[in-house]
Amino acid sequence: MAHTAETTNSLHGVMAEFENAQTLVDAARKTMSQGFTRVEAYTPVPIEELNDIIHKSRTVLPKMVLAGGLAGMATGFALQYWASVLEYPMNIGGRPLASWTTFIVPSYELTILFASLTAAIGMIMLNGLPQPYHPVFNVDRFSMASSDKFFLVIESTDPKFGEATGFLQGAGAKGVYDVAE
Amino acid sequence: MDTSIHRPMALQETPVILPGHDFETVTETIAEIPLSKRFPLGWVGFLIVALGLLGMLHMALGYLVITGIGIFGTNQPVGWAFPIINFVWWIGIGHAGTLISAILLLFKQQWRMSISRFAEAMTIFAVACAAIFPVFHTGRPWLAAYWLFPYPNVMGLWPQFKSPLIWDVFAVSTYATVSIVFWYIGMIPDMATLRDRATSKIKARIYGMVSLGWRGSARHWHRYEVASLILAGLSTPLVLSVHTVVSFDFAVSLIPGWHATIFPPYFVAGAIYAGFAMVLTLAIPVRRFYGMESLITMRHIDNMAKITLATGLIVGYGYTMEAFFAWYSGSPHERFMMWNRMTGQYAWSYWTLIAINVVMVQFLWFKKVRQNLGLLFVMSLIVGVGMWLERFVIVVTSLANDFVPSSWAHYSPTRWDFMLYAGTFGLFLTAFLLFLRFVPMISIFEVKTLLPQAKVKAEH
Repeated sequence: MAHTAETTNSLHGVMAEFENAQTLVDAARKTMSQGFTRVEAYTPVPIEELNDIIHKSRTVLPKMVLAGGLAGMATGFALQYWASVLEYPMNIGGRPLASWTTFIVPSYELTILFASLTAAIGMIMLNGLPQPYHPVFNVDRFSMASSDKFFLVIESTDPKFGEATGFLQGAGAKGVYDVAE
Repeated sequence: MDTSIHRPMALQETPVILPGHDFETVTETIAEIPLSKRFPLGWVGFLIVALGLLGMLHMALGYLVITGIGIFGTNQPVGWAFPIINFVWWIGIGHAGTLISAILLLFKQQWRMSISRFAEAMTIFAVACAAIFPVFHTGRPWLAAYWLFPYPNVMGLWPQFKSPLIWDVFAVSTYATVSIVFWYIGMIPDMATLRDRATSKIKARIYGMVSLGWRGSARHWHRYEVASLILAGLSTPLVLSVHTVVSFDFAVSLIPGWHATIFPPYFVAGAIYAGFAMVLTLAIPVRRFYGMESLITMRHIDNMAKITLATGLIVGYGYTMEAFFAWYSGSPHERFMMWNRMTGQYAWSYWTLIAINVVMVQFLWFKKVRQNLGLLFVMSLIVGVGMWLERFVIVVTSLANDFVPSSWAHYSPTRWDFMLYAGTFGLFLTAFLLFLRFVPMISIFEVKTLLPQAKVKAEH
C-alpha cells in the first residue's frame, strides 16, 4: 500500500488506527497543533472533545430547530383560526369563534412535531446523509470503526499532506493506511 | 450521578454493566442476535402464538367493519366503553418508553442506556395498538379520515378544534411520529455496526441502507449528539402533554367522575406506572432468554421497580384525592359517583384496583421483592391489570350511573370486545418479536460510552 508522490493525488487521505478514545484524542490534538487543517476522526462512540479539537465550530442545528418549532406553532394556529373562523364558522352556545385558548393544544403539538422533524431531518441533511459511498470505506480495517477501533484521517487536500504519513506513524497509531479515492 | 461502572463493591449496588465487558464484547453480545442465521425455537413458538392473536385481531376487525358496532357491548348510557379503555391503556403503556429514552437522558441517568431501545420499541408498538381503537370504534374506519384529520374534503367539513378529542388526535399522532423518528435516529449508528459486521451481502446492504451510510466522523457525532439532546428535550414536554390531553377527553366533559382537575397529573403518573410495569414484563424474560444479564443488570430491574413504586404512590394519592374531592365538592352527584364506585354494581372492579394499585404495590418497598425476578414478573403483569381496571372504573362506572336514575343501565362487554382487545396483544407481540430478531435490542454505541475505552481525560 506504499505510495509515491505521483499517486498522492488519487488518494482521499491517510488513515491512522488507534486503540481507544484517549490515544485518538491525544493524536488529534497533536495533529491540529502541527498545523494540519483537513482532518477528520472516526469513532464507534460519540466523543465530545473531538469536534472542538478538529472542527472548532458548533452546528447550526439548534437554530434550525427553533425556526422549525416556530413555524409549527404558526402553522397550527393559522390552521385552526382559518378553519374555525373563516372557512367553517360554527356558533356553539354563542362562544367566540376565535377562542384562541382552545387552539393552544394543537399549536403546541405542531410546534413539537415540526421542531422534532427539523432536528432529525436537519441532522441527516447537514451530515450529508444518506451517502452510499465514501472513500474511507475502501480501507478494510475501517469496518472496525463501528465496533472498537478509532481512526484519524488527514485528507489529501491538506496543504501539509506530504508530511501526513510520517507524522501519523509517529503519533502512536497502531497502523497507518492509505485511503483510495 | 454515578460516573463509574466500577463502583466500590462496598456500596452493595450492582453496576449498570457487569465487569468483563469491553467494546468488542458489547458489540458481539448485542449484534449477534440480529445477524445470526438461527431462529430460536422459543422465538418461533412465541411468534406463532402472536400471529394467532393477530389473526384474531383481523377477524374481530373484519367482522366489526362488516356488521357494525352492534357487536360490542357498548350501550346507552355507556356509550364509551372498551375501545376508549383499551386506547387509554395502550397509550399509557407507551409513556414509560419515552420517559426512559428522553427524560432520563436529560437527567443523565446512565442506567437508561441498556433499556432505552426496547422500551422505545414498546412505546411505538403500544401506540400502534392504541391507534386501532379510535380509528375502528365507529365500525367505519374510512370515516375516521375527515373527523380526525383537518384536510380539505369534498363536504367542506372541518374538525371541531374546540374539542379535546381533536386535541388528542394532534397529541397522539405527534407522539407516534416523534417516537418513531427518535427511535430511528437512535438506531442509525447501530445499523452501521450491523452493516460492518454482516456476513451476508443482502444483510450488509439492507442494514447499510437503513444506516444511511453512517461513518461516525467527529462532525457526524457532534450533530448527532446535538440532535439527540434536542429530540429528548422536545419529547419530554410531548410525553407529558399526551396523557394530559388524553385525560382532557374526560376532564373537559361534565360527567361526575370525569370532571376533575386532578386528571392530567394523575393520568400521566398512571401511564408511567403501567408503562414501567410493562417494561419489567418484557425485560425480565428477554434478558434471560437472550442472556443479557450482564447488560440489563439487577440494578436496572431494581430501578424500574422503584419507579413503578413511586408512580404507584402518586396514583394512590390520585385515588384518595378523587374520593376527597367528591366529598368536599358538596355536590350530590359527585358524592353519589364515589359511593357508587365503592358499593355499586361495579364495586368489585374498584376494590380490585385498590388492592393492586394501592396495596400490592407497597411490597415494592422491600428489596427482597425487587430482587425476586419471578415475583416481580407476576406483579408487573398484575399492575397491568390494575391500570386497565382503573380506566374501566373511570369510564364505565361514571357512565352507567350518571345524573338521572331512569337512564341507568348495566354494561357488559361481549366476546368481540374481548377478542379485539386480545387481538391487539397479537399485534404488539408480533411487532416486538420481529424487533428483537432484526434490530439490536440494546443501543450498542450508548452502552459503549459507559466503558473505560470511551473515556477521555480533560486537557491538562
